[in-house]
Amino acid sequence: MTKTARILIRSWSLAAPAAALALAGLSVPAWADRDPAYAAARSSGQVGEKTDGYLGVIGGGGDVRALADKINIQRRANYTERAASQNATVEEYAFTQGCMLIQRTAPGEKYQAPDGSWQTRGAGAPQRDPRCP
Amino acid sequence: MTSSRLTAFVPPATSFDEQASEAAVYSGRRALTALAMAMAAATGLCGCISVNAPDKPIVIELNINIKQEVIYRLAEDVKQNIEANPDIF
Repeated sequence: MTKTARILIRSWSLAAPAAALALAGLSVPAWADRDPAYAAARSSGQVGEKTDGYLGVIGGGGDVRALADKINIQRRANYTERAASQNATVEEYAFTQGCMLIQRTAPGEKYQAPDGSWQTRGAGAPQRDPRCP
Repeated sequence: MTSSRLTAFVPPATSFDEQASEAAVYSGRRALTALAMAMAAATGLCGCISVNAPDKPIVIELNINIKQEVIYRLAEDVKQNIEANPDIF
């Protein structure tokens, strides 16, 4: 950071819009960071969010399955790490994550209902396990 | 009728009709007893816990042991997790 920039940020009139930009950055939807192939598989309903916190493959070929497997392996590693830090089991953490992931599916995306069936997310709230927060 | 017993061991004079009525009384008593027993049995039945076998197979859901309190405790962390790892969710 240059000396000029530091002086500019110290000035409140300029720092305020900068803070607003930083806040706006936080509210950028998560799908902006998704791999395009993953984003496409989600929006086309080839993969869906399962109740156990992992991706399920509904359609598509081996490439979709490979993509889902790759993400599920990453998710499992992430859940294992997070669960340990929260003194929870991997299954508990994954299930809670699944609740949240089903909640934030976009209309048109697939998710698994508590009875195990695949549902397409509509405009309303998704069908979730009664234990979900 | 009791006075006759005081004087002699004579069975009380009972006419055929009286015997019949006596029998009727006894049968009435029997009927009452039977009714009371039936009622007792019925009451007993109502008091019993009836266990019916379910017509559907018993499904043991394995993730039922994930308690809601745990899920609520983890809820905030999973939200942060999504924000921290947007590429895998």
